[in-house]
Amino acid sequence: MEWTNTIVQGVLTGGLYAMFAAGLSLIFGVMRLVNIAHGDFIVLAAYLALVVTETLGIGPLPSLLIVVPLMAAIGYALQRGLLNRTLGDDLLPPLLVTFGLSIIIQNGLLELFTADSRRLQAGALEVATWQVTPGLSIGLLPLLQFVAAVAVIGGLQELFYRTAFGRAFRATSDDPAVAQLMGLDNRHVFALAMALSLAVVGLAGVLLAVRANFDPAIGPARLIFGFEAVIIGGLGNLWGTLAGGIALGVAQAIGAKLDPGWQLLAGHLTFLAVLGARPEGLFPRIRG
Amino acid sequence: MSAATFHVRFTDRRSAIGLAAFAAALVALACAPWWAGRDDLYLLEQIFAYVALASLWNLLAGYAGLVSVGQQAYVGLGAYLLFGLTIFADVPPLWAIPLAGLIGALAAIPVAALVFRLRGHYFAIGTWVVAEVFRLLASQVAALGGGSGTSLPASIVIAIAPSRTMREFVVYWIALALAVAILGLILLLLRSRYGLALTAIRDNELAARSNGVDVARVKFVVYVFTACGTAMVGALIFLQKLRISPDAAFSVNDWTAFVIFITVIGGIGRLEGPIVGTIVFFALRQALADLGALYLLMLGAVAIVVMLWAPKGIWGVIVERLDWQIFPLQRRVVFAPPADNIARSKT
Amino acid sequence: MPDALLEVRDLTAFYGDFQALFGVSIAVARREVVAIIGANGAGKSTLLKSIAGLLPARRDAIVLDGAPIGDLPAHRVVARGIALVPEGRRLFPSLTVEENLLIGGQLRRPGPWTLERVYALFPALAERRHLPSPALSGGQQQMAALGRALMANPWLLLCDEISLGLAPIVIHDIYARLPAIVAEGISLVIVEQDIAQALAAASRVYCLQEGRVAFAGAARAATRETVAAAYFGN
Repeated sequence: MEWTNTIVQGVLTGGLYAMFAAGLSLIFGVMRLVNIAHGDFIVLAAYLALVVTETLGIGPLPSLLIVVPLMAAIGYALQRGLLNRTLGDDLLPPLLVTFGLSIIIQNGLLELFTADSRRLQAGALEVATWQVTPGLSIGLLPLLQFVAAVAVIGGLQELFYRTAFGRAFRATSDDPAVAQLMGLDNRHVFALAMALSLAVVGLAGVLLAVRANFDPAIGPARLIFGFEAVIIGGLGNLWGTLAGGIALGVAQAIGAKLDPGWQLLAGHLTFLAVLGARPEGLFPRIRG
Repeated sequence: MSAATFHVRFTDRRSAIGLAAFAAALVALACAPWWAGRDDLYLLEQIFAYVALASLWNLLAGYAGLVSVGQQAYVGLGAYLLFGLTIFADVPPLWAIPLAGLIGALAAIPVAALVFRLRGHYFAIGTWVVAEVFRLLASQVAALGGGSGTSLPASIVIAIAPSRTMREFVVYWIALALAVAILGLILLLLRSRYGLALTAIRDNELAARSNGVDVARVKFVVYVFTACGTAMVGALIFLQKLRISPDAAFSVNDWTAFVIFITVIGGIGRLEGPIVGTIVFFALRQALADLGALYLLMLGAVAIVVMLWAPKGIWGVIVERLDWQIFPLQRRVVFAPPADNIARSKT
Repeated sequence: MPDALLEVRDLTAFYGDFQALFGVSIAVARREVVAIIGANGAGKSTLLKSIAGLLPARRDAIVLDGAPIGDLPAHRVVARGIALVPEGRRLFPSLTVEENLLIGGQLRRPGPWTLERVYALFPALAERRHLPSPALSGGQQQMAALGRALMANPWLLLCDEISLGLAPIVIHDIYARLPAIVAEGISLVIVEQDIAQALAAASRVYCLQEGRVAFAGAARAATRETVAAAYFGN
């Protein structure tokens, strides 16, 4: 039963990792860009939620109404104002610019908030559990986060494959020049994609803030978890990313159970094993 | 009529001047123990270390197109190997440095086999994951202090040289020698046919491949070579510091962020770039270090600005405006007049 | 030409340092079919790309219905009523046939061309509407590309080498549907390697040679000799 508990915890954590990964994967799919500052934006969203909840005196879930649109706006402005200039055949500019952004965000947050660990209070929800069977109880909060992750991924799939909006993303990703001939402004489409990505990041940040302690330096680790989930799951497949996140979460949970110091290592080694044995991931849908 | 003959020449008058100036600077630096104070020597050692690290990263990213944000893996590996080899295998500290390089190169082989399966941005993050794995593994090694690290035992420190002053001089000269050796090896590599292949890859990988360049093999060799050099520099840095810990040895900020900053500001894809970048970096650091986190923030901002508006860096701008080069790398084709012309003019 | 739909005035075009067009001027009337012929590299595609807004041009170098549009980017040119069927078809591989058509109508410009009308014109597409576009044959892809451009309800349709790589019977099939398109009120500019087909379909023809107009006149008046002379120069 102990092990069942562990694995269930791992699965639920995996949902959060999949949410980290979804935003990353979306951007890569639409414009072949990887935002090295992705994890730092998650942390930024957490701090935004902190400020909103403290100044307005509202809870974390209501704060989403402000944080998510705000992050979306930041994403649009960032892409339109800065990152669109880095797009092109050369891989160095977007990588180095987003790396620079990562440093800026981390140190900016450090200056504003110090290195102290913070946490968002969610009240009773934090400790509520659901007794599934004797010996197996699931925290309500992690369960909610998992459900949210599934909803986000399902929503993104729906958006991409059943709406005109998603059609525009896919077309621009296929052939930006011809997409213009359809009346699509590439700069605007890319900016919308980044806005969507950071909106998901906003949600992920708030959920992270409620679930665990955070400080300005934990961004890169979130980026790495998201990235590992994408690679384990397989490129170009959002449901695969969910599977990848779950695999990562379970690996980490098992590692932690064996020895608390092995948690991260277990996740990384799992990633490296998948990279070595099946580099295309568990459920690849190949697109260049 | 016979065809014109030509030969390829590397130096021209301007680069000869630059090279002479560089040689003079080297001599002055070699004599530093006699004219510089202890703090200055220490600063110079750091400068040499960063010039070496940045030149190696430049070779990897600027020439071979392998943008790694995980080179701290080899800095830390070299450092831990130094401590491990001297403490547990009784290797004399000065020999431990090249040995660390060799082992670092060997470690790079399986790493390359894994990370080369990733491309572009994902390759970059993959190298970061590898560095994290190294860091986590290092903190599991209880014999070297686990997560909090350890100091180099006095017996080993003394083995470097009998007196403290001598030790400082020895470490200084090794730092200088290592930096010069690494620069020299990179220069030789770039002047060879390998280097021509690398420059072709840098300019247009697809074209290089279709001209018969074995791109995968060149990249692999460069990656292993860079790992070797980086491990040696890592070993030396921590020989200086006399103390090691996983966070310090595998620090992303110290060994990757700063290195990238130096290379970008100085000029990617040119040998002189990292030298210029290191000087600028240390000048900025002397001026601004008191600002703490704000200093790093500004570094990030400057890197972004340079990347967007002066992507070739300071040296790149200088090359464009003035066509200088210090290191004789640019191949110039010199034509000799056809033989029968000379014969004709003699009749 | 008075009351022309499209006027190109003294257009120049560059690819970096390389000049591809040296002061090209053409005109297209309403409901007219104009052919542009010329050897490879003469600048035919460049001309179409400039008109479509994919290449930069002087503001008054391209005039649509009296309004200068030379400096508009491509996504705004479509909104003004010019649609390009690009060389090589270039359907979106991630999209199905129907999605390709739908995205052509992204701007929802008013006009007679709807999904149903396009399917009526090209029944082969209706049969394959949910297939991924790469699954189509060359001829079907060309029809899809044409249909996609029609969905934008343009005043002017630019066709870049629509016969390229297609069997003669397929080419004939596609060209047979062009009159239906013109009858709805769309002008056509056809860039063609297949001179016979171009002259048969068009009322007027321009021949480009090394970035300049070497011949302009009625398609009927273009004899073998005049075309050959204009095509290859002296």
